[in-house]
Amino acid sequence: MSTLDYNAELAAAGANVKNRWGAIRFFMRRYPLGTIGAVIMGVFAFAALFAPMITYYDPLSTNAVFSLAKPSAAHWLGCDFMGRDVYSRIVYGARISLEVSIGSMLLGSGIGVTVGLLSGYLLGWFDLITQRILEMMQSLPLLVMALIMAAALGPSLHNTIVAIAIPLVPYVARVIRSNTLSLREQPFVEAAKAIGMSETRIAIRHILPNTMSPLIVLATAQLGSAILTEATLSFLGLGVPEPHPSWGRMLSESAAEYVRTAPWLVIFPGLAISLVVFGTNLLGDALRDLLDPRQRS
Amino acid sequence: MGAYLVRRFGLMLLTLFGISIIIFMLLRLTPGNIADILFDAGGFVDPADKARIEADLGLDKPIPVQYANWIGGLLKGDLGMSYQTERPAIQEIAPRIPITARLAVLALSFSVLFGVPLGVISAVNQNSKLDYVLRVLSLSGLSMPAFWLGLLILMGFVAYFGTIPIYSSEPTGFWNAILMYSVPAAAVGFRSSALLMRLTRSSMLEVMRQDYIRTARSKGASETKINYYHALKNAMLPVVTVIGIEAAFLLGGLIVTETVFNIPGVARFLVEAIRWRDYPMVQNLVMFIAIVVVTINFIIDMMYAALDPRIKYGD
Repeated sequence: MSTLDYNAELAAAGANVKNRWGAIRFFMRRYPLGTIGAVIMGVFAFAALFAPMITYYDPLSTNAVFSLAKPSAAHWLGCDFMGRDVYSRIVYGARISLEVSIGSMLLGSGIGVTVGLLSGYLLGWFDLITQRILEMMQSLPLLVMALIMAAALGPSLHNTIVAIAIPLVPYVARVIRSNTLSLREQPFVEAAKAIGMSETRIAIRHILPNTMSPLIVLATAQLGSAILTEATLSFLGLGVPEPHPSWGRMLSESAAEYVRTAPWLVIFPGLAISLVVFGTNLLGDALRDLLDPRQRS
Repeated sequence: MGAYLVRRFGLMLLTLFGISIIIFMLLRLTPGNIADILFDAGGFVDPADKARIEADLGLDKPIPVQYANWIGGLLKGDLGMSYQTERPAIQEIAPRIPITARLAVLALSFSVLFGVPLGVISAVNQNSKLDYVLRVLSLSGLSMPAFWLGLLILMGFVAYFGTIPIYSSEPTGFWNAILMYSVPAAAVGFRSSALLMRLTRSSMLEVMRQDYIRTARSKGASETKINYYHALKNAMLPVVTVIGIEAAFLLGGLIVTETVFNIPGVARFLVEAIRWRDYPMVQNLVMFIAIVVVTINFIIDMMYAALDPRIKYGD
């Protein structure tokens, strides 16, 4: 599956692969839902990058006068208990959310790729032991694993990234390993060996690039689950601490009271989480369909 | 089959042993122990007092000894004392298990009841409008955080009934009990049914491309018979294995849903124990979760072998 020539595949499906815009137009035509997902993610990335330019209030400044103020022209999405502007907090919250999710996705995938590549390439006792350890990690639910990691490390932005990244490792490592296993039997690896290439060079120059497409699919899916996990940890008070405006934190347990008195405090942060995760899921599905021809009809 | 069963069982024990080490080591990474937390509130720390408390709780012993004590107790059914309540941990955990179990069973039935048929419908009508709608629905279900879905349901209750369903240990009447459990169970089950629907769909699509489906079609079997007899029967096999993944997914949902709906189950208790840094409690609860998940996967492996005549283990 990973040794297929995607350019040829795309060309056969009618895409103009020589031109980058042609490829993008092809993607948009073929995967309208995936395009919507990409647009949603683009909007959130924009909000995160340009947060100070598209908000009028400091997300951290409190104002007792506006405590639990309803949505109005001045405060579009209302204010929280401490009179902080909900709209500004959601926009700045995109920063936290993207920082944590991209950070943990990169860290988790980085470790996962290394472990998976080593495991699938070295085999032997190293593979045996790593596989057992990964299995053990996977038999705990992702959230439970992240919960104990977060609890053990203590609440901080960086610890939250680590706490979410480590439970993601086995999922990446196992996919990369199984890919490496099939790749190392391919003729081009044999050819590289025949011309005297070193094992390390083969692993990095020949095997690694060929595992990219399953990795891209996996990483997109993990971005979504990292955002959800961060929100859940913060909701439970074990994730990103105050004063960071984390979406999950905005919905923390006192939210059950606000259901009655200030529904805007419950609706908007949750909508932000759901939308951005929905975006990653839509894009992830389209990418899986594009890069994994077995799933296609 | 017999030899495989024994080997698989041995592997399960090995996995649990490994998990116990991982959990134990992770919790020892924490800066500060319960004695520090107790004294945090007090302000002044008398080293002698602190040492006495640490000795009482066994925290002064070397880490391997602490681990051996824990596992030894676990094997004898002694879960140790809760630091927080100073009662045996088993007394804290046991009454909470049936509550979570009821919720989990209800949520699982909900997800199977909706997830499997919708997944089949989606696959049979692949790329139709209906398929698109169902896929978008299931994706949006997976995109919503479980706690937000719970809060939205509470909001709906406030809007329509002016009140929220409150958990009580002694429900007034049968219907009250059903309502009390089924609302949070639906919140958890909705997400799980979305997951199950996607998996059923892809499994169905996979099967529908097989040669024997083409054979059935060429010998003139009706589309209905092909879809619901030949395909569904074979597509159900991987879906059964997925219930193991579902169980783990469900547990994650239960943790937050019990928190939102204020239900005193085991799942929420884990979060509370983590907050108190109640080591024995967290260790035991996570170990309990691991045992449940690993056992379910073991049973499913066995079921898989029993269901699929092509699979013969042990040769």
